[in-house]
Amino acid sequence: MSPLAATTVDLARLQFATTSIYHFLFVPLTLGLGPIVAIMQTKWHRTGDEAWLRLTKFFGTLLLINFAIGVATGLVQEFQFGMNWSVYSKYVGGVFGAPLAIEGLAAFFLESTFLGLWIFGWDRLSPRLHLATLWLAVLGTWLSGYFILVANSWMQHPVGSKVSGGEAHLTDVWALLSNRFALYAFTHTMLVALTMGSLFVFGIACWHLLRGRNVDLFRRAAAVALIVAVPATVANMVVGSRFGLATTDYQPMKIAAAEALWNTEQPAGFSLFQIGGFTQSDQKPSFVIQVPKLLSFLATGTFTGQVEGMNQVNEGYQTQYGKGNYLPPVRVAYWGMRVMAYLGALMTLVALLGAFLYRRGTLATKRWFLWTAVVAIAFPYLAATAGWLLTEVGRQPWIVQGLLKTATANSPNVSTAMLGASLAIFVALYAALGVLDVILMRRYARLDPPEPDRPVGPPVAELVPS
Amino acid sequence: MSLEIFWFCLIAVLWGGYFVLEGFDFGVGMLAAVVGRDDDERHTVIETIGPVWDGNEVWLVVAAGATFAAFPAWYATMFAGLYLLLLAILVCLIVRAVSFDWRGRGDGERWHRSWRWASTASSIGAPFFWGVGLAALLHGLPLNSDQTYGGDVGDVFSVYTVLVGAATVLLFAFHGATFLTLRLAGGLGERAAAFARRLALPTAVVVVGVLAWTVVVAIDRNDRSLLPVLVPAAVGAGGVVAAGLLVGARRPGWGFAATALTAGMIVATLFTGLYPRVIVSSPDFANSLTISDAATAHYALSVITVVAAVCTPVVLLYQGWAYHVFRARVGGAPSV
Repeated sequence: MSPLAATTVDLARLQFATTSIYHFLFVPLTLGLGPIVAIMQTKWHRTGDEAWLRLTKFFGTLLLINFAIGVATGLVQEFQFGMNWSVYSKYVGGVFGAPLAIEGLAAFFLESTFLGLWIFGWDRLSPRLHLATLWLAVLGTWLSGYFILVANSWMQHPVGSKVSGGEAHLTDVWALLSNRFALYAFTHTMLVALTMGSLFVFGIACWHLLRGRNVDLFRRAAAVALIVAVPATVANMVVGSRFGLATTDYQPMKIAAAEALWNTEQPAGFSLFQIGGFTQSDQKPSFVIQVPKLLSFLATGTFTGQVEGMNQVNEGYQTQYGKGNYLPPVRVAYWGMRVMAYLGALMTLVALLGAFLYRRGTLATKRWFLWTAVVAIAFPYLAATAGWLLTEVGRQPWIVQGLLKTATANSPNVSTAMLGASLAIFVALYAALGVLDVILMRRYARLDPPEPDRPVGPPVAELVPS
Repeated sequence: MSLEIFWFCLIAVLWGGYFVLEGFDFGVGMLAAVVGRDDDERHTVIETIGPVWDGNEVWLVVAAGATFAAFPAWYATMFAGLYLLLLAILVCLIVRAVSFDWRGRGDGERWHRSWRWASTASSIGAPFFWGVGLAALLHGLPLNSDQTYGGDVGDVFSVYTVLVGAATVLLFAFHGATFLTLRLAGGLGERAAAFARRLALPTAVVVVGVLAWTVVVAIDRNDRSLLPVLVPAAVGAGGVVAAGLLVGARRPGWGFAATALTAGMIVATLFTGLYPRVIVSSPDFANSLTISDAATAHYALSVITVVAAVCTPVVLLYQGWAYHVFRARVGGAPSV
């Protein structure tokens, strides 16, 4: 391969990583905040208490600001497969395209139409019907999450298909839809989304509690957030580790790389922190803190289980797929795993401590904890990004595990210059939008929740029933 | 009809739906800055499409997704081939989506003016580039013998494709004006009607010309017989002429139906022109990509056919209902 061609693949990969990570900053908040706003509106509908209506509108506005940019950047993802990865698209379209098409038909129409009805329908629909539109929009976002994860999971663990004539073909749609990898990925991702949504609400509520205004209102918001956050974070610790265990069956290389485990060990210890040991020429870390036998337990379920190392997996792959290097970037996988897991534990702690303080009735008085909760808004974003880096980088050099390599999957006719130009345009545009998004989010998160009979400026007017 | 041809038709219908529905909301985006004279009025103009534009855009998302699923080679060749065009479209659609939601959320004249420009420019840009891109499929792109794109960025542009782009913009502006005539009350509604009348003649001239040229291109470049292409082209031409007359006769409802018909028929003409090919190759016609070359295997097609058969009627029902909910005119009385 010429160096220029290698550059082209790298640029396409960089573009995919940048646009996907960016897109996925907004998606999980939509997925997680949607149901929380819907719960608030349901409470209002049930009790008639205007506090819930005010909270619905307050967090609903933040949901919409976030949703707008999530939708806009999603289109880039759909187009990018064909634009930058035409060899891949041609190869996998017969399998990968199906869940994408179903996502559009079954989910996108649902979420966009009913969200439109929710935003503009306050005074045109009966309260019950209006509430239903929000739940339907939330259902749409969750369905779309499921179908896109079905598509992604097929790249991690291709099932229900066979390759013939140089292309992958769908042979069993039920196998595709019930891919064990996809079910884990979906559960894990939705728990991440609920964590992000609830810690977002909790952090903003805590900020308002710090300020001491609308205390009653934001104590309620904190309660709803904690009711979601506690089970979501705790369950995710379990699901996340089970997901890791399942991944060992399909992608032993990814798990070995995530542990920077070069050679097969039995039992294997879990590296908590290490310096060095991330490259083939430097396989021994110069400094490491390790918990004995823990990796065996995490990867196999027993404390004495054998865990395959990268060198052995690599040899196995060379026998199976021919000469080559099947090692992913180890450092990214190792730290991706750790950032995700450590932040996951931290978030669980914040949720549990928050619930404890709330039960004791002292939440509003513990200023150090309120500040911690504000900072914790960022944790799910970092953890989700780290998780996706592990998932996607850990699969390399494969674009579809065991079937197609990334290095040969890009568009042959798209030049380095075009890729560079488009990357620059996306980075500039996304940076500008990101700054504006944060400004708007901050602005609206700091406002007092709107009084039901008084609109907050013209833009929120459509949220106010007449 | 084989499943492959069914999906070719369905994708044409999805593009048609996109042109008819997002067509008028593009038009509203173009006209908002001139029909509304201050920020409140412009906000009212945008409000006519506020509840529905996002749902309209999903027609595009599904058209692209369906192409990916049913015709992977078409999707891959088209999207990689029209690279810079699609890049420009993506930028337009992102800016537009964000501008609708964010324009009213900030303060100050500068914020409002910037988003006003952004939403106007992106509402013109996206349909122009779509017109160019779809026309280029019919007019011919340089495909290699393995039916991959072997050309240059500039190969997408020709006098014909640029004219189709311009006609698309004009038609959508006209389409948006007839929509606004129906949806706006009072002085705003009258202003929209005046714009519709002003746009009628130039739009009719350009669109009829472009449709006629498309028939010629289809026969010349794509080896089509005259009649199948002539029918949708003639219906489309009739539609835009009728729209002009109806708007002049103060029949906005029928005028809107007529502009919608023409928006759909432009797509129908391009797709019937293409059939049985999906991308025409120039200069070597033999390299053209056909429906059967590009189609995926039967099993995947039948799976998505079942899904489409179940979902499409439901989608049409609730989207129709959404339009029904927001049928009332806006901007009549001052809001309380």
